[in-house]
Amino acid sequence: MQLTLWTYEGPPHIGAMRVATGMMGLHYVLHAPQGDTYADLLFTMIERRDRRPPVTYTTFQARDLGGDTAELFKTSCAAAYERFKPEAMIVGASCTAELIQDDPGGLASTLGLPIPVIALELPAYQKKENWGASETFYRLVRALAKPGTKRAANTCNILGPSALGFRNRDDIVEIKRLLTTLGVEVLVTAPMSASPSDLVKLPEAAFNISLYPEVSDGAARFLEKNFDQKFTKTIPIGVGATRKFLTEVAALAGLDATELIAQEQGRLPWYSKSVDSTYLTGKRVFVFGDATHAMAAALMAKNELAFDVVGIGTYSREFAKSVRELAAELGVEALITDDYLDVEAKVAELQPDLVLGTQMERHIAKRLGVPCAVISAPVHVQDFPARFSPHMGFEGANVIFDTWVHPLMMGLEEHLLHMFRDDFEFNEGAAPSHLGHQKQETAAPGNVVNATLNWLPDAEAELKKIPFFVRKKARRNTETYAANHGVNHITVETLYDAKAHFSK
Amino acid sequence: MNIIAKNIKAAGCETAPVLRERGQREVFCGLTSIVWLHRKIQDAFFLVVGSRTCAHLVQSAAGVMIFAEPRFATAIIDERDLAGLADIDDELDRVVNRLLERRPEIRMLFLVGSCPSEVIKLDLKRAASRLNRQHLPNVRVLNYSGSGIETTFTQGEDACLASLAEDLPKYTGKANLVIAGSLPDAVEDQFTRYLEEMGIDVSFLPGRRSNAMPAIGPNTVFLMAQPFLGDTARVLKEKGAAALQAPFPFGAEGTTLWLKAAATHFGVSDAVFKKVTSAPRQRAELALSKFKKSLGGKSIFFFPDSQLELPLARFASRELDMELVEVGTPYLHTQHMAQELALLPAGTMLSEGQDVDKQLDRCRAARPDITVCGLGLANPLEAEGLTTKWSIELVFSPIHGYEQAGDLAGLFARPIARSERLAV
Repeated sequence: MQLTLWTYEGPPHIGAMRVATGMMGLHYVLHAPQGDTYADLLFTMIERRDRRPPVTYTTFQARDLGGDTAELFKTSCAAAYERFKPEAMIVGASCTAELIQDDPGGLASTLGLPIPVIALELPAYQKKENWGASETFYRLVRALAKPGTKRAANTCNILGPSALGFRNRDDIVEIKRLLTTLGVEVLVTAPMSASPSDLVKLPEAAFNISLYPEVSDGAARFLEKNFDQKFTKTIPIGVGATRKFLTEVAALAGLDATELIAQEQGRLPWYSKSVDSTYLTGKRVFVFGDATHAMAAALMAKNELAFDVVGIGTYSREFAKSVRELAAELGVEALITDDYLDVEAKVAELQPDLVLGTQMERHIAKRLGVPCAVISAPVHVQDFPARFSPHMGFEGANVIFDTWVHPLMMGLEEHLLHMFRDDFEFNEGAAPSHLGHQKQETAAPGNVVNATLNWLPDAEAELKKIPFFVRKKARRNTETYAANHGVNHITVETLYDAKAHFSK
Repeated sequence: MNIIAKNIKAAGCETAPVLRERGQREVFCGLTSIVWLHRKIQDAFFLVVGSRTCAHLVQSAAGVMIFAEPRFATAIIDERDLAGLADIDDELDRVVNRLLERRPEIRMLFLVGSCPSEVIKLDLKRAASRLNRQHLPNVRVLNYSGSGIETTFTQGEDACLASLAEDLPKYTGKANLVIAGSLPDAVEDQFTRYLEEMGIDVSFLPGRRSNAMPAIGPNTVFLMAQPFLGDTARVLKEKGAAALQAPFPFGAEGTTLWLKAAATHFGVSDAVFKKVTSAPRQRAELALSKFKKSLGGKSIFFFPDSQLELPLARFASRELDMELVEVGTPYLHTQHMAQELALLPAGTMLSEGQDVDKQLDRCRAARPDITVCGLGLANPLEAEGLTTKWSIELVFSPIHGYEQAGDLAGLFARPIARSERLAV
């Protein structure tokens, strides 16, 4: 039993949902109690998806447990097929259904549906979300991929992007652009945007690009072993890694990346060399995230921004070994944990200048007053920005430069601080001028509409119950109302009279 | 008051047929109510005994990580516990002890049962009494189930308050009033002011702190501020308290009838009642009159979610002149809803339970001006050109009472105004 305040990863069936929701023409029938449907809102709210995830939940209740939950599963499964007519189906259980052992795979097979039905075994009390995504994708590929005629040496598949993936939507656009420029043809991108019939033809490509190993590693290894498709090992985050990635792809495709690399590099190299960036030198950064993003960020921080990496860690235990190796190269100890409190303690101990982490570290950093940029899932609504903002490729490096530098003091500003270090306005306690987050909320005698107004204690107390972010407005409205109505002593009644007056 | 009484007789849905559906339900489980309960009881901690799914649910429903170190957590059961390799009672004690060491300010701990803990029949009641022997009087340990197999969304609060009510001391004083159901502090203070001005001694369940819970006895009458408290009401009655029947305090009319039920029981004169309520009531009516212009005649569809649907539909229909397309509720307690049903327009389409795909078909066919639904459905419906209001906001926001009547109407008006203003 583990005490958990916040989790970095959901249960494994959430991973399966990320695969199913990214794909087209696939439906997931999940044996689960009511309440587990909360998972839909992750996709519709955080990612602003315009349709419900393709998931049918059996939503069994206590009264069903004494009866026939197996029959309920079969009915739900048959109804889901009739309504959605998918090309293929995955079936499985969430944590509670795992305990009642109804065997969704066996039950579904008795229905004799005219489509492939793939049973998922996702042990909810051992494994987590990314493992579930990886296992689901692997099972789908294993069940659906069929030997076909090999296409030309320059054809590849992109493996790994999924729904709710960190910047996956835009990474794919940037990577495809680079591949097209290089002369590589992308046959299938999966799971995101692929249909089950697309998975059938995966083996036709010459090689695979494994972009998010947390999701794609299992499938990529299966395809290598069974269909002789090599796959890429470099993750193209950062200018150096993107160059290395393009060279690796070119070698697999029998092409030459030299010209592309010479022509394209994005703005990061020059921005990092320009004198305004001098102040970035040796900033102490702490990096935490999934293994892929944390490792890429640490290398980029060291080589492309000249930061000092003072700590690196991951919640992806499956990839702990690689993270430990990189940490050793960087001369720091790796923090392998999914306990948010351990991470917080580490940040507090290291007191870095910048945290590169997940949405969880953003909260830790905010609490400790340390600047932070988000580099990895778990994601929040702000990790799906309206603008194009990949983290991969040369454009990704541009985006990252801006994202990491923004929370810090602007270059010239830091120089001024240095020059006027004991000045009453420019001092080390001052917040960056473009970010107000350390500014004290000042008591606002200057805001009083009319100095003759007198707040009676009851009214003042009532005002304090109003949420702080609208309290100033309420105070202003009440005072305006009182002034306009010749009220000198503000009572609780005045407060609500004003509220009624201004409501619309 | 007479006018209202006449209306009650004129309309009514008491005997209307209810569409009862059993299919996929798109609702939260009772664990979700921890999100507001832990804000209400300021020295209480809620420990869910469940799976990673439970932890992920509470964190996602909370709008994802609002508070750096919240007063809720999950003791995640793992395979060692299930395989019997670890003694699950010892494990739970270890987790609780670690938690209480970290948070010495905690005075009340709820062990909250979940689907997995119910299915493996983990006895949290026994665990609570074992832990009480160790931690009383510093910390009182209570237990209830917020599992999805037994509770839907707000029923988690019902289960929590029922467990609290079991534990309340016996009240022996003169007649007192207890208001059941968690309310925002500002709303509680307003109700306290009105009732005290009428000379009624009032307290609230839950209180704001573990040592501020009401006592219950045969001289207690209680008034429910929330419509989803079936079990809590049963426990209060078992302890000798009597229930006052009233519509729920939404809108000027609902709030008046609700307060009137208390006033009548305590023999408050009409003059005093009027003196106390007329100013805020007029303010509420003024605020609502502004919304009537934009909302009058607009059609509204409620998906089942919190059991607030019937009272809110009554408010929308009677005080905003909106047209009710369908009013869904996860459960229909006909007894607690009797007064609400009487106030609904005759012929209102009521549904209980859910088959979400069929209900979505009905909603699409009706194309209401506004649809009140859960977060999982809102954006998909918006993408189909329907205007929506997240139902969860109706549970989290102060919407009860006179001074909030305008705010409540505003929750319906804002999405409609937004879709009318947007020109993209």
